[in-house]
Amino acid sequence: MITTEEIEKLAMLARIALSPEEKERMRGEVDSILEYVATIQKVSATAGTRTPSIVAQVNVMREDGSPHESGIYTEALVSSAPRREGNYIKVKKIL
Amino acid sequence: MIDLTTLTIVKAHDALLKGEYSAVELAESYLAEIEKKNTELNAYLEVFDDVREQAKVADVLIKAGKATMMTGIPIALKDNILVKGKRVSASSKILTGYVAPYEGMAIAKLRDAGVVLLGRTNMDEFAMGSSTETSAFGPTRNPFDTSRVPGGSSGGAATAVGAGLALAALGTDTGGSVRQPAAFCGVVGYKPTYGTISRNGIIAMGSSLDIIGPITKTVEDNEILFDAIAGRDPLDSTSIDLPASSFELRASSLSVGVPRNFLDMRGIDADVLANFNESIKKLQSLGYTIKDISLPTIPYSLAVYYIIMPAELSTNLSRFDGVKYGFHKDADSLLHDYMETRAEGFGREAHRRLLLGAYVLSSGYYDAYYRKAISVRTLIEHEFAEAFKNVDLIATPTTPTPAFKIGEKTKDPLSMYLADIFTVPANIGAIPALSIPSGFVEREGKSLPLGIQLMAGYGQDHLLLDAGKAFKG
Repeated sequence: MITTEEIEKLAMLARIALSPEEKERMRGEVDSILEYVATIQKVSATAGTRTPSIVAQVNVMREDGSPHESGIYTEALVSSAPRREGNYIKVKKIL
Repeated sequence: MIDLTTLTIVKAHDALLKGEYSAVELAESYLAEIEKKNTELNAYLEVFDDVREQAKVADVLIKAGKATMMTGIPIALKDNILVKGKRVSASSKILTGYVAPYEGMAIAKLRDAGVVLLGRTNMDEFAMGSSTETSAFGPTRNPFDTSRVPGGSSGGAATAVGAGLALAALGTDTGGSVRQPAAFCGVVGYKPTYGTISRNGIIAMGSSLDIIGPITKTVEDNEILFDAIAGRDPLDSTSIDLPASSFELRASSLSVGVPRNFLDMRGIDADVLANFNESIKKLQSLGYTIKDISLPTIPYSLAVYYIIMPAELSTNLSRFDGVKYGFHKDADSLLHDYMETRAEGFGREAHRRLLLGAYVLSSGYYDAYYRKAISVRTLIEHEFAEAFKNVDLIATPTTPTPAFKIGEKTKDPLSMYLADIFTVPANIGAIPALSIPSGFVEREGKSLPLGIQLMAGYGQDHLLLDAGKAFKG
């Protein structure tokens, strides 16, 4: 059974503030889902670890270089941010 | 008046070329229908304000003799497909106010062809769900019974096509999100081979599973829409060109495998099974040889899916932090800004899957869950490859039940997840799958549609579409 402390740790990793009621509900729900997905332990998958996936796993590379003129997308991208100052995205001080 | 209920892309294209009506008149017929029905169905979140202008551009192309099959065809988009300059939200509060700064190859190709984009349709939040109930904008209703769900996550798109509010639609399919709602809404839903349509310009859920899928009334229409958007894209390194079919296939030389071990699992509705057996008889009468096959590992696909998908999803959704896009909730520090923004911006299903993703990727659990799931996934790929040496297609019902009631499964997440039991394997195996309407069942005096799902081997999409056309024809 997953503990409240574990749920709190996961919520911190996932950067989500949960209320005490939500933590309790998540505990039950996450537990039953984990119990279900753990059924894959029954599959003997040693063969799977040795055979490569059929779906292509070739990395696609391109030459280094400037794909476009600098600054042409700045306004479109910075304007998506909820808080900006000039061409900067604004955040709170962390130090 | 244009009869929208029986209209197909093929018929509309013909009528547009003959000048029986213009693209503007066709678009206006759909706008009128949306105006009449959308309040009740909640299929569209937004109808674009430039529909008539788009249709005028299509009419110019038609008059100039430059029309292709998609010119002037009014289609709906799931709300996770970007159109430059239009709002897009993945039906989540966290993308409030976000306007797409670009669009991907699929939309660019359709725009070049002069397609008419009607609007964006409701979905489960970030495509997480099987009923469109996790949307931040309320559930969409099934056009056959408004007390029931349309399926999900592309529920708005399937409802739009099923109710005649769009001639066709694009959804996305990560574990069945095109096929399951298509089955519930009586339309055709297609998940092509992984990589055959660029993922650039869609909002990512599980990147190794996601693909755009067309939703249409006929298999023929579905193939037309697929052909218009498929192809390798330098901006999606996993995208591929589908090799063209090199010879004519005849049903008499083809076989369909039925995985009885998978169908005998608990939870499948007796009427669904009876309907499926009828469909198999129909395939037999069309000349297909029917073979019982055994797929011992494939029933584990759903468990594998609920490890790999949350892992990829939690990574993809980490970018939504109230800094770069959309919704922002202010707190006393940057860390608490993130945490409060994500607490309020995401819904409950997102929270659940984000925690699961963090769990299966945590050190200490990574080997037992994520690494193990990747190994089983590879086994499943190979099990499919072996199976397709003996049969050309595999058939299952698309869903274990007909459309369920709104609210019926929201309190028990696992029962909701099981709605995708038959559709998830194709995503895990990266293979193509198609849901085709296969008849109706009666529930409380209402006729509810069902679907049969056909799957084919990796890259064998043409086999699937040919069989689909034969089945419906």
